[in-house]
Amino acid sequence: MSGIDVIGLTAERAMGMLRAGECTSEELTQAYLDRIAAVDGDVHAYLHVDAERSLAAARAQDAVAGDALSGVPIAYKDLLSTKDVPTTAGSRILEGFVPIDDADVVARGNEAGLVSLGKTNLDEFAMGSSTEHSAYGPTRNPWDLTRVPGGSSGGSAAVVAAGCAPWSLGTDTGGSIRQPAAFCGLVGLMPTYGTVSRFGVIAFASSLEQVGPMALTVRDAALLHQVIARDTDRDATCTGPREPIVVPDAGRLDGITFGVPRAELEEGVEPGIRARFDESLAIATALGATIVDVELPYSRHGLAAYYVIAPAEASANLSRFDGVRYGLRVDAPDVRSMYEATRDAGFGPEVKRRIMIGTYALSAGYHDAYYVQAQRVRTLIRQDFDTAFQGVDAILLPTAPTTAFPIGARLDDPLAMYANDIFTLPVNLAGIPALSLPNGLSDGLPSSLQIIGPAHSENLLLRLGAAFEAEHAFDVVPPSMRSGA
Amino acid sequence: MSGVELTADEVRHVAALARLGLDDAEVERLGRELTSILAHVNTIAALPIADVPPTKHSRDSADSLRPDVARPGLPREDALRNAPDPSADGFRVPPIGA
Repeated sequence: MSGIDVIGLTAERAMGMLRAGECTSEELTQAYLDRIAAVDGDVHAYLHVDAERSLAAARAQDAVAGDALSGVPIAYKDLLSTKDVPTTAGSRILEGFVPIDDADVVARGNEAGLVSLGKTNLDEFAMGSSTEHSAYGPTRNPWDLTRVPGGSSGGSAAVVAAGCAPWSLGTDTGGSIRQPAAFCGLVGLMPTYGTVSRFGVIAFASSLEQVGPMALTVRDAALLHQVIARDTDRDATCTGPREPIVVPDAGRLDGITFGVPRAELEEGVEPGIRARFDESLAIATALGATIVDVELPYSRHGLAAYYVIAPAEASANLSRFDGVRYGLRVDAPDVRSMYEATRDAGFGPEVKRRIMIGTYALSAGYHDAYYVQAQRVRTLIRQDFDTAFQGVDAILLPTAPTTAFPIGARLDDPLAMYANDIFTLPVNLAGIPALSLPNGLSDGLPSSLQIIGPAHSENLLLRLGAAFEAEHAFDVVPPSMRSGA
Repeated sequence: MSGVELTADEVRHVAALARLGLDDAEVERLGRELTSILAHVNTIAALPIADVPPTKHSRDSADSLRPDVARPGLPREDALRNAPDPSADGFRVPPIGA
């Protein structure tokens, strides 16, 4: 064993230890690999760990006078392509697939000197809110191993909460960074659409998804976002951030006006989540902020609009998995039967459900009634946010209406599973950024606060998050994961 | 709430469009699940918003285009590396008109 206690270790502290010469990247990486060996059998958050590869990357960083983050370990959601390292998207149809290139965000991480510890579990093709839809088995929540870690970036959340990586990258299409961050007591940032490259991200719903950081602290999230929020010539929708990302210090909130859409909180919010949320409003007021009511009347239609638009885009994106160029093939006497047999065997139930919904909504006779109507609702949801931001700096909501639910509890009821994303989906439909951060405990499980801002307000959101974080004094390490536990 | 109910034939038709081979049990289950999901989705069908322009994506700016200069393409061996049944210079598939 290496002697470095990685439980609760922030990336910023790890960076400080490396730069001060208190440890090498090889020792630090070995400490995380030891931790993974000790607890990932229970948590099942990693799909792929290659210790020798990670240690070799660490030694390479130790051998050079690297940049600030050089040698800090990281974990990547297995939706992100990694050159010469298996990438499955949590699906049987990509079992054994080895990408020929790195996703842009992984390449940026490599350039910064980050050392990959491995690839993390997810709902198949990022379709889900619990990581139970992974073809490789569910991930368990480090706060309570009988519960889900959220999803779809549940593995990326669980590795950080369990001390098996200091931070990670996830992707967010309808809440897939923010909700698992909420369930696992972490900070998660969903960036403005078009500020982070999607090159090499296995596509689910291209108009909705972005890559973002998951971390123990707001400052760590900002540091990692600095690495990935960059222009690229390999994703035409990405122009990078409008201004450099700033790592924030905690401060007061004088002059800040928060909007609260109280009508959205009337139904379906657990009492403990509501109580923590009301306490965070009191914290904001004590720090000098003003709280006003806002209305987002079309947000309540976000779930219906999302479950047309996202499956419609998915049905088109997933047509590429046909047993010809990569992945699984099930042999059949003619090519059409081969497509059908391959896709039947390779896709799991949730992916089939979404392909079917999307294909139905795009089919002749239904396209206008479903798809175009959903896009009109999307316009109105954007307009609601635009109107609200004329009077407020940011909007506050819980990230999820519940704490982490038991494994199996929602698997047989797709609509109940989808409803857990009710506070996060409208943000993706509008393409605006939101920060999720820990907001105390409810019955021993993490509760969380979501701060939603206008497009390109990441620096504001991070600064506001740092202010709340300093007041919460939240212990990010689950009791069962603490040293000596 | 609109009462869309998908018949087994409709489920099979959509599955054929999506090139998904489904067994009878999947057809039955998906018929039920899609009926319930579409019932929820239909809550937006009646909104009087026909004059609202649809939003396809949420970016305000135009696409970011790179300079139109030639660069190396994907080497053939890389393109074929993950193929289930590669030939020397392409992807082999079962007969198309069988």
